[in-house]
Amino acid sequence: MTTETITHGWELVIGLEVHCQLKTRSKIFCGCATSFGDAPNANTCPVCLGLPGALPVLNAHAVELATRASLALGCTVHDTSIFARKNYFYPDLPKGYQISQFDRPLATAGAIAVGVQPDGTPRVIRVHRVHMEEDAGKSVHDRFADMSAIDLNRAGTPLVEIVSEPDIRSAAEAGAYARRMKQMLEYADVSDANMEEGSLRVDVNISIRRHGDAALGTKTEIKNLNSFSAIERAVEIEFVRQCRVLTEGGVVEQQTMLYDDKRNEVRPARSKEGSHDYRYFPDPDLPPLRLSASFVAQQAEALPELPPARRSRMLVQYGLPENDVEQLLATRELADRFEAVASASGDAKRAANWMLGPLLASVNASGLALSAHPVSVARLAALIRLEVAGEVSNTAARQLFTMLEQQDGEPLELARAAGLLQVRDDGALVGWIDEVLAENPAEAARFLGGEQKLQGVLVGLVMKKSKGSADPKKVNQLLAARAG
Amino acid sequence: MSDPVWLDRLRAHTVDEAWRTYDAVQAGPEGLNAFLSVDRSARGAETGRLAGIPVAVKDNLATLGLPTTCASRVLAGYVSPFEATAVRRLREAGAAVIGKTNMDEFAMGSSNENSAFGPVRNPLDRERVPGGSSGGSAAAVASGVVRIALGSETGGSVRQPAAFCGIVGIKPTYGRVSRYGLVAYASSLDNVGVFGASVAEAALGLEIIAGHDRFDATSAAVAVPDLTAAMSAVNEGRPLAGLVIGRPVEYFPATLDARIAAHCERALQQLRELGAEVRDVSLPSTDLAIPVYYIIAPAEASSNLARYDGVRFGVRATADDLGAMYERTRSGGFGDEVTRRILLGTYVLSAGYYDAYYRRAQAVRTLIAQEFAQVFASGVHVLFTPTAPTTAFRLGEVSDPYEMYLSDIFTVTANLAGVPAMSQPIGTVDGLPVGGQLMAPHFGEATMLRVAAALEHAQRAERMS
Repeated sequence: MTTETITHGWELVIGLEVHCQLKTRSKIFCGCATSFGDAPNANTCPVCLGLPGALPVLNAHAVELATRASLALGCTVHDTSIFARKNYFYPDLPKGYQISQFDRPLATAGAIAVGVQPDGTPRVIRVHRVHMEEDAGKSVHDRFADMSAIDLNRAGTPLVEIVSEPDIRSAAEAGAYARRMKQMLEYADVSDANMEEGSLRVDVNISIRRHGDAALGTKTEIKNLNSFSAIERAVEIEFVRQCRVLTEGGVVEQQTMLYDDKRNEVRPARSKEGSHDYRYFPDPDLPPLRLSASFVAQQAEALPELPPARRSRMLVQYGLPENDVEQLLATRELADRFEAVASASGDAKRAANWMLGPLLASVNASGLALSAHPVSVARLAALIRLEVAGEVSNTAARQLFTMLEQQDGEPLELARAAGLLQVRDDGALVGWIDEVLAENPAEAARFLGGEQKLQGVLVGLVMKKSKGSADPKKVNQLLAARAG
Repeated sequence: MSDPVWLDRLRAHTVDEAWRTYDAVQAGPEGLNAFLSVDRSARGAETGRLAGIPVAVKDNLATLGLPTTCASRVLAGYVSPFEATAVRRLREAGAAVIGKTNMDEFAMGSSNENSAFGPVRNPLDRERVPGGSSGGSAAAVASGVVRIALGSETGGSVRQPAAFCGIVGIKPTYGRVSRYGLVAYASSLDNVGVFGASVAEAALGLEIIAGHDRFDATSAAVAVPDLTAAMSAVNEGRPLAGLVIGRPVEYFPATLDARIAAHCERALQQLRELGAEVRDVSLPSTDLAIPVYYIIAPAEASSNLARYDGVRFGVRATADDLGAMYERTRSGGFGDEVTRRILLGTYVLSAGYYDAYYRRAQAVRTLIAQEFAQVFASGVHVLFTPTAPTTAFRLGEVSDPYEMYLSDIFTVTANLAGVPAMSQPIGTVDGLPVGGQLMAPHFGEATMLRVAAALEHAQRAERMS
């Protein structure tokens, strides 16, 4: 059977759980640093090691960021939420429980738009809940030959877990939701939201049912997804697997699956999972988290402009095509940089063209981060100003951009040194015009006699004589004056 | 104004004096076994309210330099890299922390027989228990090694041993003293408490360790009153005039030992003579306190004790795989009572049982707290009850766990309600001390201690006459 035949008649039902590291400087319940890449166990203390007698104290900044994340996703932030203990044994879980939130989460009932439906209305995926929790440490199995090691630097890093409703219906939509989630969290300035570094982690819950059925099927959970495309590939594979199981009369087992990126395979996790009883109960070490309406209002005010609002504003303010705006919004860094270049150069249209064209191509080719790219905001704006003022031609501007990629220096100085500046001085231009007219007496006579169509030919000859450096606009003006 | 007599007596009890007594009572087959580790070099500071005064600390309070074992094999030899806030405050006041005291393992017990390092003997009768779980600290004070010691309370673990050993023991309001560095048993019930050779000495100890601490999110930002000053002027006239003492009838059941009841009634009579009005009140849910306690405390304990897994600190058993390592470390590391409570707690938190046990227990706990609030709102300032239903029993005498649990029947309520309470000696039965308990509204320690000091003075005057 082909893939199409197997999946025919089955509806895919997907919910995503997104774990997002909040970008606080210290951990959620102690003062240890949250920095990435330090020596193992360098950033630990009695609290995040779970030593006897140590107690958690909630990091106020983590609450601010979690609240902003919730508001950015359109959630209702509750005036009272409760930290609970999720009890299970694991070597990288220092206390034998994770402090999380259970039946009283920070926020509920939000939604994000992930694109446009065929009828033109936005495709909206509902967010079920957002809750705060601490991260666990890391088990390291490949460092020592015959034992495992534990690194607790990450233990106690503040997270929000964002759980969607099972509204997602395709692999592409799952990818779009995850990308849009990353974009929203990044714009809200609450997280680095980087899947490669693990500051954004996505688990996918998948089930299938017959089209038209209301009841949900048994779900499996796929973990270990480290990129957006991995999410899409894993969903496709698991969809086909579940369809095959049910078509062949089997039953889908509720279990945890792991995605293997190298083999592009989804397979059951080795262990137990599934039927864990976490014995949640309210953490007696932490009083209920009470947030006043004014605190929530302050966090709403502190939120940077989010993609939907920014899209509308940029369309009006810069008069750019929708597609360009969408591309510029891809990351907050790109959008910020575009607006800085547009403002410094005074030409938004050119700024967008340079950014989406040569700059992004160069960034992708070089592998450099946008912030580290040698064509800085100031240099790109200066280049655009030279172009607008007619100091350099389009062609010369391209050459100048390549020079900016490779060497230091002011764009104007580089252009001058390389002879890329257009000659606009009347004396020099008149000299070249006189020479061209003298060297081509027949054409000169006809042109001066009123045959205007010859002007183009003569401009071309002047440009050639100037080796491309003459400002064609000026040459045109001067020639027209002669004929007049 | 000259210093009061009690303060001169406290200052006269030097570190050298402490060691002389220690050497006489601690070791040997009939020794108290009150201490698990000692620091013979501790001298304290030259200044401070406790300058140079020897104190003892229960072994579930984290200390620098001395092990913190909770009298458990699983923490044998464990030395904490940080110090409990209460201990730090004692040292900052100049006290010499001379040692860590024996206890029931992880503070689970009422007789101090659950220590992995042997039981503590009662200094007043070496065949008897000192009470628990802070039996070592109570014995250290009762034997005269120190005059002030720290204990901890989850359901009566300071007041009951204070009663059994004939000394004063205070459980402050929940949140009054930081729990930072107190090894958790049941976090919502745990308190650091203080033993004293007299009401004033216990009050001084409390005053020094009390107060808000930013390392404990449940510690209260409530100012600490001058507790020792609150007790002056209790020696003359009718110092308790205007105060109403409640006598909760549920704490005086027909089954109460008549001799203990008689001592309580005598104390109530003395309180009347001191000017107080004594009024019968009712706390109807009192009989539910023990069952509620034995759901909530083990539930929290099952989670709090999960960290003793052999991974990061303490004892680790060798095994071929992780599951077996956990199993051997924990089975071998914990004693029977600790194991029993972990299993009980795991059960009541399990899916399908949570609502029937834990949730209902929390609802009843709220009811118990409301009943206390109502009684105090009705104009009652302080409650008076017996501390324990018996005097100190013989080592090995109580072997049934449930019978042992009933030893805390009059004390667990204050932990469930979070109110301050204390025990002080009010007489003897067959030469064994009887404790009287006072309980007060949240943060009402000053009034409670004033009543206690007046009663203590009246009792002493009566004995002298």
